[in-house]
Amino acid sequence: MTTFIIRRLLQLIPVLLGVTVLVFSLMHLTPGNPAVIMAGESAPEATVRAIEARLGLNDPLHIQYFNFLTNALQLDFGVSIRDNIPVFDHIRPRFFITMELAIYGTIFAVVFGLLVGIVSAARQYSFSDVALMVVALFGLSMPNFWLGLMLIQWFAIELRWFAPTGWGDPNQIALPVIALGTAGAAIIARMTRSSMLDVLSQDYIRTARAKGVKERIVIFRHALKNALIPVVTVIGLQFGYFLGGSILTESVFAINGLGRLIIDSILQRDFPVVQGAILVISVSFVIVNLIVDISYRFLNKRVDLN
Amino acid sequence: MAVVSKESALETKPVNPRVKSMKDFYERLKKNKSALVGFYVLLFFFFVSIFGAIDANYGITGVSSNATNLTAKLQGPSAEYWFGTDHLGRDIFIRILHGMYITLGVGFAATFLAGLVGVPLGIISGYFGGWVDTVIMRIMDILLAFPGILLALAIVSVLGGSTINVTIAIAIGAVPQFARIVRGSTLTTKKLEYVDAIRALGAKNGKIIFQHILPNIMSPIIVNTTLFIATAILSAAGLSFLGLGVQPPTPEWGAMLNDGRNYMYQASHITFFPGMMIVIVVLAFNLFGDGLRDALDPKMKK
Repeated sequence: MTTFIIRRLLQLIPVLLGVTVLVFSLMHLTPGNPAVIMAGESAPEATVRAIEARLGLNDPLHIQYFNFLTNALQLDFGVSIRDNIPVFDHIRPRFFITMELAIYGTIFAVVFGLLVGIVSAARQYSFSDVALMVVALFGLSMPNFWLGLMLIQWFAIELRWFAPTGWGDPNQIALPVIALGTAGAAIIARMTRSSMLDVLSQDYIRTARAKGVKERIVIFRHALKNALIPVVTVIGLQFGYFLGGSILTESVFAINGLGRLIIDSILQRDFPVVQGAILVISVSFVIVNLIVDISYRFLNKRVDLN
Repeated sequence: MAVVSKESALETKPVNPRVKSMKDFYERLKKNKSALVGFYVLLFFFFVSIFGAIDANYGITGVSSNATNLTAKLQGPSAEYWFGTDHLGRDIFIRILHGMYITLGVGFAATFLAGLVGVPLGIISGYFGGWVDTVIMRIMDILLAFPGILLALAIVSVLGGSTINVTIAIAIGAVPQFARIVRGSTLTTKKLEYVDAIRALGAKNGKIIFQHILPNIMSPIIVNTTLFIATAILSAAGLSFLGLGVQPPTPEWGAMLNDGRNYMYQASHITFFPGMMIVIVVLAFNLFGDGLRDALDPKMKK
C-alpha cells in the first residue's frame, strides 16, 4: 500500500510539470505580442514596454518558464493586468466558493444518485425503474447551464422561492447545486444500478434470500456494501468534473467563483489571472484523482481480505 | 441467429464470420427499442439539418435566420412564429433549423478529429508498449488533468472564438479519452492466442495491427464515438454560451441561449427552445450509444 502511494505520487510529478508547461504556453501560443494584447491595440509604446518588463517577456523562454514555475510553487502567479492586485489574492476567496459549490454538488449527486440507483436495482424492470432511468438519461443529456436557466425561470422568476443569482445565503445555494449536480446524480444512479444488479445476481445473495433474510436487509446490508466499490471511483471523478463544470454554473448564476474569474479574465485578456486560475483548478483536480485512486485501492484491499 | 444458420446450411460456402456477426449485431440492435428510437430521431435530425443547411445558405423558404423585425420582437410561440421571436424579432424556429447543421457538424467533426489522432496513439501505445507507451500515456495524463471543458476553454482563449477553433479545442480535449480506451482494448486483443500464432507465422506488425487488432477493437471505438458526439455537442454549446465559441449572429444553439438569458423576465421561450433541442439531440445520441454498446458487447448484457 505504501509503495503504491509513493509510486502514485512519483507519477504525479511529470503530470504536474506538464500541466505547468501547458498553462505557461497559453500566453506564448497566442498570435502576436502578449504585451500588446494585454495593453490593447491602441496602447502607447511605453505601456507595452512596461508590461513586457513586468512580465519578463524579454527573457529567453526557458528562463521565463523557470521563473513561472518557481513562483507558482510559492503560490505567486504574478499580478493582474487589470488592477495590479496579486493574482493569488483574486483566486483565494473564489477558490473556496468554487470548492463549496463542487462539494455541495457532489453531496447532492451522491444522495440522489445512490437513492435512485438502489430503488431502480431493487425493482428491476418495474415502472419506477424504467421511469427513474428515463429521468436519469434526461439528466445526463441536459446541458447544466440550460438546466440552470430553467431553474431560475421556474423557481426564482415565476415562483420566487429562491434568489436567481449570487452565492452564500441558503436561498441562493439550492438552484446552482441542483444545476451542477444533476448530471452527476444521473451518472451515479446508472452506475449504482448496474453495479447493484451485478451483485444481486451473485450466489451469496441467493443464499441470503434462501435463508429468509428480509429483502431490505439483503439490499442494504449484503448487496450495497460490495456494489458501492466501483461507485466510489465515479463519485470521486464527479467531484473533479464539478470543478470544471462549475465554470458554466457560476456564469449562469453570477457566482463569484474561479470559473467566472476565468471567463471574465479571458474576455479582458488578463492572462496572468487566467493562467493562475486554470492552474489551481487542474492541480486540485489531479489531487482529487490521487485521493480517489488511493481510497479505491484501500476499499478493494479490504474486500480482498474479507 | 436462426436465419443465419439456415443460410449457412443451404449454402456450400461457409459464411464469412464477420458478416454473421454483423447480422447478429443488427438483430440485437433491433430488439433494443430505445436504441432504435435514438437511431430514428438521429436519422430524422440528419435530414432536417441538411435541409436547414441548404435553406440557410440558398434560401428555399425565403426566411433568413438573421432577418430582424423589431415590430415583432420578444413574441411568444404562435402560428406565425412556432417557437416565438427573440429580442431582435428573429424567428427562433428558423434559427434553430438553420443552426442545426452547425451543432451536429461541430459534434461530428470534433469527434472525428479526436478519433483520427486518439485511435492511432492508443493502438501504438498498447501494441508496442515500453517507453513509447509511457511517453504517450503521460502526455495523455497531462491533457486529462484539465477537468471538463477547462482544456477546451484554455485553447479557445488562445485561438479566439470561432466555429473551427471550437471544433479543434474540443477535439484536443477528447484525444486522451480515445487513446485510453483504444489502448486498453489493444492490450487485451494483443494477448489473444491467435495473435501470438499469427506473429509466430511471421506476420509483420502493420499487418497484425490493421487485419487483426483493428477489427477486434472496432466495437469500443464505435460505441465511444457515438457517446462522445453527445459530449462534444454539450461542450460546444457550453463554450458558445459563454461567448467564447461560435460567435453571433450565427444561429448556434448555445449562442442563442446566451442571447436569450438577458430576456428571461420578458420572454422565457428564447432560452427554452434551443436548450430543449440540445437535450433531444444529445438524448438521441445517448440512447443510440447505449443500445450500440449492448448490441456490440452481448457479454455485458445479462
